[in-house]
Amino acid sequence: MKILVCISNVPDTTTKITFTNDNTEFNTAGVQYIVNPYDEIALSRAIELTEGGKGTVTAINVGEAANDPTIRKALAIGADDAVRVNAAPRDAYFVAKQIAEYAKDKDFDLILTGRESIDYNGNQVAAMVGEFLDIPSISIIKKLTLDGDTATIEREIEGGKEVLTVSGKFIASCAEGVAEPKIPTMRGIMSARTKPLTVVDAVATEEVAKVTRYETPAPRGTVKLIPADQTESLISLLHSEAKVI
Amino acid sequence: MSVLVYVEQAEGKFKKSVFEAVSYAKAIADQQSTHLTAISIGDVAESELKELGKYGASKVLNVNADQLKTFVNQAYASVIAAAAEKESADIIVLSNSFSGKGLAPRIAVKLKAGLADGAVELPSTDGKFSVKKTAFSGKAFAITELTSANKVIALNPNAFGVKENATDAAIEAFSADIKQSDLATVIKEIVRATDKVSLPDAELVVSAGRGLKGPENWGMIEELAGLLGAATACSKPVSDADWRPHSEHVGQTGIAISPNLYIAIGISGAIQHLAGVSSSKVIVVINKDPEAPFFKVADYGIVGDAFEVVPKLIEALKAHKG
Repeated sequence: MKILVCISNVPDTTTKITFTNDNTEFNTAGVQYIVNPYDEIALSRAIELTEGGKGTVTAINVGEAANDPTIRKALAIGADDAVRVNAAPRDAYFVAKQIAEYAKDKDFDLILTGRESIDYNGNQVAAMVGEFLDIPSISIIKKLTLDGDTATIEREIEGGKEVLTVSGKFIASCAEGVAEPKIPTMRGIMSARTKPLTVVDAVATEEVAKVTRYETPAPRGTVKLIPADQTESLISLLHSEAKVI
Repeated sequence: MSVLVYVEQAEGKFKKSVFEAVSYAKAIADQQSTHLTAISIGDVAESELKELGKYGASKVLNVNADQLKTFVNQAYASVIAAAAEKESADIIVLSNSFSGKGLAPRIAVKLKAGLADGAVELPSTDGKFSVKKTAFSGKAFAITELTSANKVIALNPNAFGVKENATDAAIEAFSADIKQSDLATVIKEIVRATDKVSLPDAELVVSAGRGLKGPENWGMIEELAGLLGAATACSKPVSDADWRPHSEHVGQTGIAISPNLYIAIGISGAIQHLAGVSSSKVIVVINKDPEAPFFKVADYGIVGDAFEVVPKLIEALKAHKG
């Protein structure tokens, strides 16, 4: 079985988010980049599914050479090889198009991504790749098991869950619960240096969206502290002042 | 040109988030001086479809086919894209719900459209079509210009509110060709916890963290949430320890939420947690550590032990409700 896992290069979760050039560019100064945490979950499940010689896992990233350390991290976690589509990722449509173009003639049985990236919080890439390749896409899955050609998937829905099956090729975006993220071993880190990382050119894609500016949320006011023995005051403030209950 | 809104139903009923999406789509239609059509897929009674008129939908396309009784991403996307073409709709609005998140990108590709997901405001009207959307898990907003002719917007829950706009909705049956390959996923089971409020679109959320010391102490959290009609949530360490399910984890690597009221109990407020909840309209923090970073972003705070404060809060709330 051949599995393709899409990984995104994102700022570490502890990053303080600031912008430069009149709030038109993300300030990368001093920012540590990591494999998107949800993509790590997808990658970990792919590795579990192929363990014991049952298949291979290819990691794919759309980005410039600066992303290579993040891709090597995916190789250290256990991907067999990796591909980087050499282009600055413009928007999800562009990224999905690149992944679909690469995947279309490679005969992957399964494509996995994270449920969203923690930078732009898009949930777009998985379903867009699905549409470009005309294969089913299942978003925000919590469990994935395979039995031959049929996958059984648990998906979150508002106020509950859905269990579904799908046969043949598909793409799914993974949330927590699908797998425990794997930590690279020393052996993994050493072998990651020599695993193949292929760089391919991007294909031309129409522009459909672009971020023109960023804003940061307005600072909140100072906290109004209420003595611990006056909980009725809190209820009263939430009712009459904040008007939320 | 016109605006099309997809109205997601669950067991034949529309939720508040759907009326919110219709209200938002109607405001866009007004901005663009055009009309709003809604599309509903599945078995929904005419009286329920008529409800959409209250919020500004002047026409409702009703798709009711046996193969579409349950949500099938590919097939639903095909039907919605076909409806957009029929209505000459160049702006398609959906809720940024679990299903919406799977549908919107497929529709966007079908229509070669830019997609703004996680929209929090009406598009700008300065000549460019720009949508403010959440980014960096609530630490920032990205103003995204949709440059394509067709545009798709997925609206975040609680971002716009429900606005009545009484119109008489004309109901029209609609059908679109469904390819067999669009029906490859088969739903085997749907489990709904009917007594619980769904977290992503909850208006009130009661959340707790490691300060609760163990899963056995969640009774008072559930009681407080029950009294308020709130959803329950938790911090990452709590779901990592399996005290609560992953589906309750809010924060940067969990669900980002923006309820009207977020009550955080025994959660210190790590940057990753704050990222997912800081767009809540009102934040209440209960923590015994007065130095907990969460107090810096809270509107109201109580410094005290959760095991003493929460039972008193429950009593005060019962008294308030009379």
